[in-house]
Amino acid sequence: MRKLLLLALVVLVGFAFIGRLYYLQVYDSASYNPLNDSAVRKVFTYPKRGYVYDRNGELLVANQPSYDVMVIPREVEEFDISEFCALLKITEEQYHKTLDRARAYSPRLPYVFLSNLSKEDYAFLQEKMRKYDGFYIQKRSIRTYRKTIGANVLGDIGEVNQAIINKDPYYSKGDLIGKQGVEKTYEKILRGTKGIKFIQKDRFNRDLGPFKNGEHDTIAKPGKDITITIDSKLQEYGELLMTNKRGGIIAIEPSSGEILAMVSGPTYNPNLLVGRERSKNFNKLYNDSLAQPLFDRGLQAMYPPGSPFKTINALIGLQEGVVTPQDKFRCNLGFNYGNRKMGCHVHRSPADMNLGIYESCNAYFANVYLKIMNKYDSPAKSMDVWSNHVKSFGLGNYLGNDLSVGQPGKIPTANTYNRAHGEGRWYPTFTLSNAIGQGEVLATPIQLANMAAAIGNRGYYYTPHIIKEIQDDTIPSKYTTPNYTSIDEKYFEPVVQGMFDVYNKGTADMVQIPGIEICGKTGTAENFAIIDSVKTQLTDHSIFVAFAPKDNPKIAIAVFIENGYFGSRFAGKMASLMIEKYLKNEITRTDLENFVLRYSLEHEYKKPFSGEPFGINRETILDPISDEEFEALQRKKRRIDSK
Amino acid sequence: MIRENQRRFGFDWLTIIIYVLLVGFGYINIMSASHNGEITNYFDMSQPYGKQLIFMGLSIVLIILTLSVEAKFYERFASIIYIVAILSLLGLFVFGKDVNGARSWYGIGSMTIQPSEFAKFATALAVAKYISDIQTNLKTIKDQLKVAAIIILPALLILLQNDAGSTLVYASFFFVFYREGLQQVYIIIGFSLVVLAVLALKFGLTATGLIAALIIFGLFFFRRKKRASILQPILILIVSLVFAFGVKLFYNNVLKPHQQNRISLWLRLEKDPAKLERMKKAEAYNLIQSEEAIGAGGFWGKGFMEGTRTTGKFVPEQHTDYIFSTVGEEWGFLGSASVVVLFTLLIIRILYLSEQQKSQFSRVYGYGLASILFVHFTINVGMVMGLIPTVGIPLPFFSYGGSGLWAFTILLFIFIKLDSNKINEW
Ligand SMILES: [Zn+2]
Repeated sequence: MRKLLLLALVVLVGFAFIGRLYYLQVYDSASYNPLNDSAVRKVFTYPKRGYVYDRNGELLVANQPSYDVMVIPREVEEFDISEFCALLKITEEQYHKTLDRARAYSPRLPYVFLSNLSKEDYAFLQEKMRKYDGFYIQKRSIRTYRKTIGANVLGDIGEVNQAIINKDPYYSKGDLIGKQGVEKTYEKILRGTKGIKFIQKDRFNRDLGPFKNGEHDTIAKPGKDITITIDSKLQEYGELLMTNKRGGIIAIEPSSGEILAMVSGPTYNPNLLVGRERSKNFNKLYNDSLAQPLFDRGLQAMYPPGSPFKTINALIGLQEGVVTPQDKFRCNLGFNYGNRKMGCHVHRSPADMNLGIYESCNAYFANVYLKIMNKYDSPAKSMDVWSNHVKSFGLGNYLGNDLSVGQPGKIPTANTYNRAHGEGRWYPTFTLSNAIGQGEVLATPIQLANMAAAIGNRGYYYTPHIIKEIQDDTIPSKYTTPNYTSIDEKYFEPVVQGMFDVYNKGTADMVQIPGIEICGKTGTAENFAIIDSVKTQLTDHSIFVAFAPKDNPKIAIAVFIENGYFGSRFAGKMASLMIEKYLKNEITRTDLENFVLRYSLEHEYKKPFSGEPFGINRETILDPISDEEFEALQRKKRRIDSK
Repeated sequence: MIRENQRRFGFDWLTIIIYVLLVGFGYINIMSASHNGEITNYFDMSQPYGKQLIFMGLSIVLIILTLSVEAKFYERFASIIYIVAILSLLGLFVFGKDVNGARSWYGIGSMTIQPSEFAKFATALAVAKYISDIQTNLKTIKDQLKVAAIIILPALLILLQNDAGSTLVYASFFFVFYREGLQQVYIIIGFSLVVLAVLALKFGLTATGLIAALIIFGLFFFRRKKRASILQPILILIVSLVFAFGVKLFYNNVLKPHQQNRISLWLRLEKDPAKLERMKKAEAYNLIQSEEAIGAGGFWGKGFMEGTRTTGKFVPEQHTDYIFSTVGEEWGFLGSASVVVLFTLLIIRILYLSEQQKSQFSRVYGYGLASILFVHFTINVGMVMGLIPTVGIPLPFFSYGGSGLWAFTILLFIFIKLDSNKINEW
């Protein structure tokens, strides 16, 4: 027994030590990576971020140098804090708060103490900084927007957040990353690859020289330039037209799916989100819950599309063989079913397909829709057939484009109604509002523009996209492969003709452009707001969908103006102007242009918040802006033209 | 027999092989821990790796000397060697040189000699000599006091020179005394006191009192003998409480702040984050760096001279007391576990050989050797891995330093000589 005590202890300690070693070295340790080694200093070299050009080669986004004040907390020695703060124009409270945050991040690693000094500040501070141990100035490259347009298209870059750092080891604290728009979707291409130099440190944080003779070092690979499909002139013109209005304009080249313009109103100057003021300005934009400038109405606003959707029903009717272009239906100021009525306006009756489209006759489309719904044994089967046809136009789901935001819209299926009413317990008349693009149908402006492109192409579309060229690379093949609709080419002609006659003799005859054969369709969307917990109707949204020219269209467009009232009142005019601007690069219908520029809808947007009763639609009035403001817009317009 | 064949010249070659492996591997790690970039001259006398090579060379001379002396010499001259060692410790007060606040060195030219290292084998010899005396009976209080005096004298002198770590090593002789007949109750008392001290510091006096009372009375009623007095457990409890109070008092008033902090870190007593942060830069700095270095090694290690923490000298004193962290970073779990196994094997081998000795002197000496190695190894490696509070003592055969290497070499080889002599006596 006496012999065994020490022996037992020796064995015990041996096992305990091996257990502890196992814990420290095997169980509790990740595989070695010099990136995570705090004994090795990482010095990053940031490559040039790729430039962004528009489709005509105009430079939209470039870089400018920026200077950050960096801090390594544990190297900070005592000095006159008040003097230092005065130099940086910050309060002492901010100083301590930021330093604490830096310390919490890591006492050894550099932390952005103050970002984006101006060039003047940099020149002034550079010399003085040596006095303050632990602080130094680091040069970085930030964005500069050559034209103050397309904030929603181009997006911006900002400091990467912790969630992304945790997910993607490429990024480290203080790195810049695309936050919105093209900067976000093409981040990997634009950013390039940063270079890393590994330097062996000692415990006093002094450099001892390259780590392993630099065998882990990498050199920075510059980001690639990209060309986007936007026509910056058209974009700028669209943004001008959108002044004092809220809404979206999407213009697409039907033969390629390239997005020519992508306007969202209200917009903002993209340079607001550059540099030191970025987070302040971003929060301001983000918190504007009334105008919602960060909400891209061209991509994210989902509404019942209204009349433009009728064209799809006409096409489905033809494809399913339930109607011919010559079949006529009676319209008695609407369509009666059961004891209910779907109203219509005064026009010739009965209506064939052509008249039905250009007069936008609700009764005509109610009949066509019911014929489709009654074709198959059950309403459910017919509904699914109909739904699949509609979806083949890119409606009811994400388009799969390369834009940083989007909405799927909504196209009902038999299931939608099974869930609402019970299987076999609903009838086609329950779903009649689908006939005129109301009810369960929801679409975004970009989906409508794409739909117009598909009609203009007589049966196919290219997935709308913003990328045109990538330096030394090709764009993804999904943007160059056509998507075919489920409607045969031969059925398109009567519908196209109907849309053409919308301009000739229909609801859009006042917005004709001499010399251009435009096909279009007006629309309105009813909308509501909750005011003092009462659902209150507001003035309709003005919608317009068009493509031109009629044959081999060069542009397809959807315009959506919040509370703009009937389709041709604002949206139709703006669509015509955009088409003319793009195809002719001049404006002959200056009367339309003056109307759009002159009248603001701001008074309309104030109504729900006024606290007073207000009129809508018929009772709304046109509210002109002041002459000075109008002059300013005219000057802006001339500047666009002169370029 | 087989053993005879293995024992050329009568030496235990297994022990010698382990010794060579440890010293050699130690030297490799000292190179890693002390080089600056590249080693151009292995004999650079301004660098630890260069000096260590000289120390190793001199060790060979010492081994030859130690082995060529008659085995009887050590037993016969044990007392004289002990007296010389004590005198050299005393001499420090007059001729000693201050290094880092400890007056433990003699300076001879550029060399320094640390007599406390050599006092270890001198004390081991003296203890062996005294216990192996026919007249000594460790069960008597008188002899217990005498043998205690043999170890307390050098321990006290070393403590007075501000080398608390080395003082602690002398406690290792308790294992020897126990082996040679010291009553079990001492071990129980010793163990209880350590537990009491830890409890008192970690949970305070009230909780300690409650726990102690529970155990003491529990044992009393459980193992109740006829007519045992209730006074006995009450007395034990009072003594325990007085001791616990004394520990608190000692911790608060006698220990220096840095010693308090080391214990506080070990027992995780400090809750104030600001103070903890400050400790991380002071008392805990070495420990954190050394744990990180060991952890960074992973399973395979980063390889010879490839450790970034070692190259960057993140662990202060890495080539001396913290040499094991170099092993951890550069040789990984594989290398450091091997070192643990080597030490364990070495100590077990010495214990085994000791039990084979016919002469009690050899056996006691061997046991002393094993105990000293065990305590050194446990405290050093335990400290470097954060298992026990920071106590600055070297890792035998491994750490940089002439006095340490030589003293341990002599300590070990005296035993190898004694052991080889056993055959001759047959
Ligand atoms: Zn009608």
